[in-house]
Amino acid sequence: MSHTVQQTRPARPDKGKRAVSEGKKAERKLGLLLCAPAALVMLAVTGYPIVYSIWLSLQRYDLRFPDQQKFIGIDNYVTVLTNSYWWTAFGVTTLITVISVAIELVLGMGLALVMHRTLVMRGLVRTVALIPYGIVTVVAAFSWRYAWTQDTGYLARLFAPEAALLTERVPALAIIVLAEVWKTVPFMALLLMAGLALVPDDLLKAASMDGASAWQRFTKVIIPVMKPAILVALLFRTLDAFRVFDNIFVLTNGAQQTGSVSMQTYNNLIKGLNLGIGSTMSVLIFLAVAVIAFLFIKVFGTSAPGGDGGKR
Amino acid sequence: MAEIVLDKVTKRYPDGALAVSDVDIQIADGEFIILVGPSGCGKSTTLNMIAGLEDISAGELRIDGERVNERAPKDRDIAMVFQSYALYPHMSVRENMAFPLRLAKVDKATVTRKVEEAARILDLTQHLDRKPGNLSGGQRQRVAMGRAIVRNPKAFLMDEPLSNLDAKLRVQMRTSVSKLQKRLGTTTVYVTHDQTEAMTLGDRVVVMRGGHVQQIGSPQFLYEQPANLFVAGFIGSPSMNFLPATLENSELHTPLGAIPLTDRVRRLAEAANAPREVIIGLRPEHFEDATLLDDNEKSRGGTFNATVDVLESMGSDKFAYFTVEGETATSAELDELAADAGSADLTDGGAQIITRLSAASQATEGAETTIWFDADKLQMFDPSDGRNLTYTE
Amino acid sequence: MAAIGAKTRWALIDIVVVVYALVPVLWIVSLSFKTKETLTDGNFVPRSWTLQNYVDIFNTTVFLRALVNSIGIALIATAIAVVLGTMAAYAIARLDFPGKQALVGVSLLIAMFPQVSLVSPLFEMERGLGLFDTWPGLILPYITFALPLAIYTLSAFFREIPWELEKAAKMDGATPAQAFRRVIAPLAAPGVFTTAILVFIFCWNDFLFAISLTSTEASRTVPAALSFFTGSSQFEDPTGTISAAAVVITVPIILFVLFFQRRIVAGLTSGAVKG
Ligand SMILES: Nc1ncnc2c1ncn2[C@@H]1O[C@H](COP(=O)(O)OP(=O)(O)OP(=O)(O)O)[C@@H](O)[C@H]1O
Ligand SMILES: [Mg+2]
Repeated sequence: MSHTVQQTRPARPDKGKRAVSEGKKAERKLGLLLCAPAALVMLAVTGYPIVYSIWLSLQRYDLRFPDQQKFIGIDNYVTVLTNSYWWTAFGVTTLITVISVAIELVLGMGLALVMHRTLVMRGLVRTVALIPYGIVTVVAAFSWRYAWTQDTGYLARLFAPEAALLTERVPALAIIVLAEVWKTVPFMALLLMAGLALVPDDLLKAASMDGASAWQRFTKVIIPVMKPAILVALLFRTLDAFRVFDNIFVLTNGAQQTGSVSMQTYNNLIKGLNLGIGSTMSVLIFLAVAVIAFLFIKVFGTSAPGGDGGKR
Repeated sequence: MAEIVLDKVTKRYPDGALAVSDVDIQIADGEFIILVGPSGCGKSTTLNMIAGLEDISAGELRIDGERVNERAPKDRDIAMVFQSYALYPHMSVRENMAFPLRLAKVDKATVTRKVEEAARILDLTQHLDRKPGNLSGGQRQRVAMGRAIVRNPKAFLMDEPLSNLDAKLRVQMRTSVSKLQKRLGTTTVYVTHDQTEAMTLGDRVVVMRGGHVQQIGSPQFLYEQPANLFVAGFIGSPSMNFLPATLENSELHTPLGAIPLTDRVRRLAEAANAPREVIIGLRPEHFEDATLLDDNEKSRGGTFNATVDVLESMGSDKFAYFTVEGETATSAELDELAADAGSADLTDGGAQIITRLSAASQATEGAETTIWFDADKLQMFDPSDGRNLTYTE
Repeated sequence: MAAIGAKTRWALIDIVVVVYALVPVLWIVSLSFKTKETLTDGNFVPRSWTLQNYVDIFNTTVFLRALVNSIGIALIATAIAVVLGTMAAYAIARLDFPGKQALVGVSLLIAMFPQVSLVSPLFEMERGLGLFDTWPGLILPYITFALPLAIYTLSAFFREIPWELEKAAKMDGATPAQAFRRVIAPLAAPGVFTTAILVFIFCWNDFLFAISLTSTEASRTVPAALSFFTGSSQFEDPTGTISAAAVVITVPIILFVLFFQRRIVAGLTSGAVKG
């Protein structure tokens, strides 16, 4: 390791800055060569389709009537944005996102503390906590669905033997949130646990010497030090929750106005075969996600993870 | 065993930085040579060029008279000890030490014998089957040494091998490195930042600054006859005291008062064509508490009165720190030394003088004391280029 | 005494966590073992046990075909994503080249990208290119969305490798190839392996692309096929068979978690939070 403090010695300017030497050139070439395949795949499968979907969103394009394809400007956007179904879906998505992320943050923090501090069975706790993270969402969703299905489910039998909860709007949404929360709390907890590990033990000891209670240590020391980790975790989860699809598809299939924007897009595209409207929704969701990310980064100052990219 | 010659070796990094420039060093067979200098002066770069880990931009590197510029590290038969030890974390201590031998396709029995022998020398026998991650700093350091010595290379290169150890261990390891080298008699190039290591370990010391060699010589010679201000300030701890002075009618006007030139100093200064404005240097041990000396001794030097800022009693002697009113000596070399020592901003309000007095001295902190210094030991430097005006071969 | 009290308290909390994580999984396992008669009794533990559901699904081509698709597609996508990700992550962690920041930025964007936004254009493009309802048609988007994950995780791992060892190996007499094979590869392997697990879980999990970009058994994966399950006859309740199929595709996940818990935790936390 060389020392980072460098003597500022003017590099003799005789060779000029532009003259990139052989070694440097070779390094650049190798770097570009190694990154090219990954970059190409990512661009080809996202970059081009995004542009293409913007183009499609400006067309009337219904696969059932392919002959009627026609450039119609922003008509699709007007159609979607004046449609109450879209706004219902948007509201449902936002609601699910806000509520489940809020619950996840609290439970995730709790689980992170448990995994970080527990005196017994630490390995076991960490292992089982990974199961919800790893399990296929659809599988978990079926488990919840059957648990709440009248007659079949143990939870239904326990809490509401007389009602078909999944067919009522509010309980159904609650179950969707439950399924989301169950699956992602461990992931949240892992991200937060990494942040917890960054809080030096000495700092907590110093705080208790200064007379801070356990709760004060948590709110005055742990949380502020962890703030960057918390914000990154929140950003990731918010964006992820906004894409909610699998759970809704399995639990309610969007019935009783429980569909998310992703469900709406899917229905328009695969069921309705309306590419124009589907693409319009795609673009709108993309914009919404961009706005969320922007807000996080600008308002909360979340630093993009790994954004430094270079050598530390 | 090998003789290593660097002949006008230059390194320019791909980004254009000139890290090493025209370095000439002749290292004799079996010699222990130290590269020393402030951070970024090109020590590691020089070492890496000898190792073959960095290409040589210009000049020639010869080992036993043979040009080896183009040879891969593995064909140079040189072993290296890294600052971070660079132990392979996935191999046990035994496997780490055996690695060079296995690569050289040495047969199993020999490998075992050599590894065990090295382990014995380095006192690692009971750790052979542990992973480096479970060793203490000193043990890791010894494994790194072990990996270097098992294959009897032509030369050892060591890049700050002790700098990750704590102070006490460092002193211990310093002696063992020195003993080991004597015992094996292998040519060794040792890079360090620490001038105590430089003084105690090497047969000869190479002082570098900004990619240039400043002076090569035995530690004692560098201490007594530094070629320039930079070497004078770098070698020695605590370092030499520097003061601005004006040379007039065989007298030096300094912040310590007027000092008449002794014959030796006058002769050398005339021969060197000394300018009017100079910088004088006095080592701490060339001061003494005046009350401990008789008049005869005192007459060989000058005296001055000053208040003791800080007094550090070391038992065997005492370090007394003074602040001398007036200007401080300035030059590019001194600034760089101050920057390297991290004391660039500590010199305001007059020059700081560090003196080393006998333990018998009665000086106390805050009291004014009369201090004598040996004018004949004084060194004189040209502030414009740092040249030592009192240098004798 | 106080220590024992604390231990008991932690043990209780730990049990809550274990129950939380396991109950939904055990429930679907329980369902899969219930007989047709007891399926709707709402009991958490089956009153009578049967393997019939498993026998049934392994006798239908629908499920077998979907399982083959799931395994094949996930493995191929994982292999490709890890190879491409390793190359890119090596470059990002060790080399200096123009466009490095851009690549990191693009991967980040894709990690946050709403996948549903790609469904419409990909659906249309894949139909045009004849990729719709084929393996490559799913493998391509999987690679794309797995790459950011792979690149982050791997470059975090690669930054931790003490690359000075490469030099040390050369000094010890290794050729560049030997230095790579005997020193760097063994150190990089755990990171690559961990990334492969994470990427596999990601591909194995996908549902949205799997139902949007397929239309037949040819490439439908298990999660997608589950939602089309109807049981062996039209009138039969598919709960038991769906549960059995769900359990089958949960097995690999459980195995990963059991055997590689430490690695998965390290992988998930290394790439993501070093913001
Ligand atoms: N790979 C490199 N590319 C460009 N410049 C470099 C490189 N390595 C070193 N340098 C520059 O070359 C000069 C000499 O570096 P070197 O590592 O040899 O110093 P050093 O004397 O070993 O310092 P230290 O005591 O800090 O280890 C420094 O100015 C450094 O910034
Ligand atoms: Mg160095």
